[in-house]
Amino acid sequence: MKILVPIKRVPDPQTNIAVRPDGTGIVTDNVKFVINPFCEIALEESLRIKEAQGEGEVVLVSIGGKECQEQLRTGLAMGADRAILVVTDGPLDPARAAEVLAKLVAQESPNLVFLGKQAIDDDANQTGQLLAAMLDWPQATFASKVVIGDDKKSVTVTREVDGGLETVAFDLPGIITSDLRLNEPRYASLPGIMKARKKELKEVPLAETGVSAEPKVKQVKIEPPPKRQGGRKVETVQELVNLLHTEAKLI
Amino acid sequence: MSKTLIYIEHAHGKMQKASAVAVAAAKAAGGDLTAVVLGKGVDTVAAEAATLGVAKVVLVDDPRLEHYLADIAAQAVAQVAKAEGATTIIAAATAIGKDFFPRVAQLLEAGMASDVTSIGTDGTIERPTYAGNVVSRVQIATPIRVITVRGTAYPPVAPGGAAAPVEKVALAADAKSKMRFVEFAETKSDRPQLTDAKIVVSGGRGLKSGENFTVVLEPLVDALGAAMGASRAAVDAGFVPNDLQVGQTGKVVAPQLYIAVGISGAIQHLAGMKDSKVIVAINKDGDAPIFNISDYGLVADLFKAVPEMTEEVKKLKAS
Ligand SMILES: Cc1cc2nc3c(=O)[nH]c(=O)nc-3n(C[C@H](O)[C@H](O)[C@H](O)COP(=O)(O)OP(=O)(O)OC[C@H]3O[C@@H](n4cnc5c(N)ncnc54)[C@H](O)[C@@H]3O)c2cc1C
Repeated sequence: MKILVPIKRVPDPQTNIAVRPDGTGIVTDNVKFVINPFCEIALEESLRIKEAQGEGEVVLVSIGGKECQEQLRTGLAMGADRAILVVTDGPLDPARAAEVLAKLVAQESPNLVFLGKQAIDDDANQTGQLLAAMLDWPQATFASKVVIGDDKKSVTVTREVDGGLETVAFDLPGIITSDLRLNEPRYASLPGIMKARKKELKEVPLAETGVSAEPKVKQVKIEPPPKRQGGRKVETVQELVNLLHTEAKLI
Repeated sequence: MSKTLIYIEHAHGKMQKASAVAVAAAKAAGGDLTAVVLGKGVDTVAAEAATLGVAKVVLVDDPRLEHYLADIAAQAVAQVAKAEGATTIIAAATAIGKDFFPRVAQLLEAGMASDVTSIGTDGTIERPTYAGNVVSRVQIATPIRVITVRGTAYPPVAPGGAAAPVEKVALAADAKSKMRFVEFAETKSDRPQLTDAKIVVSGGRGLKSGENFTVVLEPLVDALGAAMGASRAAVDAGFVPNDLQVGQTGKVVAPQLYIAVGISGAIQHLAGMKDSKVIVAINKDGDAPIFNISDYGLVADLFKAVPEMTEEVKKLKAS
C-alpha cells in the first residue's frame, strides 16, 4: 500500500506562546519547532501498516518554508521512504493546503492519505475533511484504531466521538485523521537518522502546483486571551465547602 | 436580508443542546434563520428545532441518513444550503460538526472558521488558537461562510417558542455515502452530560487508577449532582473513557463550577475549562500551575480531601 502522510511544522506543545505586540503573529525567537503531534501519530500508524504488510511506501509531504526540511528529515528518520516539500512564503490556510494535497494525490495515487486530526497551532481540524471532499473520498476522522482489511482494499476505523466510540468502514482509497490514543510514536533511531540523510527530499515551489496562496479565511489580528485572576488558597476542606456555599453560592 | 442555515444535531431522538448554542450564535450574527434536520424518523427533532426562534425548519428524512455519515450528511446540508440561498452555514463544533462541516464548506466552495467563540455583525469572527493561548480574529473572504461554534460561546436558545413551519425536502436521488456505519459503542452514564452540566468534577493522573475514580471521585461527583471529566493523562492511562477528556483536543466546558482534582493544569487542559465561572483545584503540589487560574485552591492529598469534601457536601445538602 502507498500512504501519503502530510506533516505540519508547529511550535513544541510544551513552549509558552506569546503574541507579537503588532498582533500579526506569535513570537518565534527561541521557540522549538516539532512535527505536529497528531501528524506524528499518523506517521507512526502508517509505518506500522507498512511494516505489518511487509511492503508498500510511506511518502511524507510538508507545506511551508525551507525550515520544514527539519521535520521531514525527522519523519524520514522515523522510517518514511521519501519526502516532498511544497515551498511557500508563508503558511497556507487549510483550504489551500488541502488543494495542494489534492494535486499531490493526483500525481502520487496513494491508497490512503493519513493526516493528524488537527494542527496544534491553528487548531482548525479541517484539512483531512476538506481533502476528502475535494477528492470525493470516504473519511474517518479522530481515529483511535485502524484495521486494514486482509485484501488491503478496505479499512475499518474506530473513532473517538461524543458519547463513545464509533466504528465505520470503507473501501480504499480514503482519508484517515488520527486522534491522540491511536499509538505512541517511536523515536528516530541513530541508524534511522543516518539513513534519512540519503533519502529523497524533493522540493516543489508552490507555483508549480498551480494552487493560489490567497487565503479563504483572512486573519485580521491576533491577541492574547484575557487573563484569568486566580491564586487564592484555602486551608481546609470545611473552609472550601463553606466558601462555595456562602460566597460563590454554588452548593 | 442574508440567509443563515443552522444544522441541528440530535441523539436518541433529542436535539443536542450545542445546536441551541449554534442558533444563538446565528442570531447574534444577524440574518434570516433556517434550521436543517437530517435523519430517519426525526420529526420530533424537527418539531423541537421549530421552537428555537427560526423562520423555518427543513427536514430531510431519508433511510440513507439513518446513521450519521460524513460524506452524505455534507451532501444533504449543501443541497439545502443551495436551495435556500444561504450565505452562512452554522453548526455546533461537536464531534459531528467538526467531522463533516469542512466537507460542507468544500461542496459550497466556502471558507470555513472552526470552533468560533463569537461572530460579529460586521463579519469579524473570533476563535481561540494555539490551545487557547491566542485569540485569532478572522474574516471569511468567500461569498459563502461556513462556521462551527464552540458549545460554550453563547447561552443556548431555549426551545419552547412559537413553532415555525417544518418543510420536508427529499434528499437528492444521486446522494450516496462511500462509508459504512459498523457500530457505536456508547459510554453509558446516568450523570449529566459533561458539556451541559452546571458542575463538573474532573480527575487527573493524581487519582492513580480507574478504581480510585470509582471509589474516591465518583461519590463527590454524585453528591454534587455533577458531571465527571478527566485530563488526557487519566484517559490515556485507561482510568476513564475517552469522551470524558477535557481540553484542547477533547471537550470544552464552561460550567458554573469546575473542580480539578489531581490535575496539574497543563495549557492543553486549561484550554478546555478556563472559561468556567468558578474553578476549584485540589492538588498536593502547591506550585501546580492549576492554582494560577483557580478561584479556590486547596493544597492537600486528594485521597484525604475528596472523601472529606464529599461528607461536607452531604451534610450541607441534608441541612
Ligand atoms: C497535542 C497535545 C494535546 C493534548 N490535549 C490535551 C487535552 O485535550 N486535555 C488534557 O487534559 N491534556 C491534554 N494534553 C496533555 C497535557 O499536556 C498534560 O500532559 C495532561 O493534561 C496532564 O494530565 P494530569 O494533569 O492529569 O497529569 P500530571 O501533569 O501528571 O499531573 C498530575 C497532578 O496530580 C497531582 N497529584 C498526584 N498525586 C496527588 C495526590 N495524592 N493528591 C493531590 N494531588 C496529587 C500532582 O501534584 C500533579 O499536579 C495534550 C498534550 C498534547 C501534546
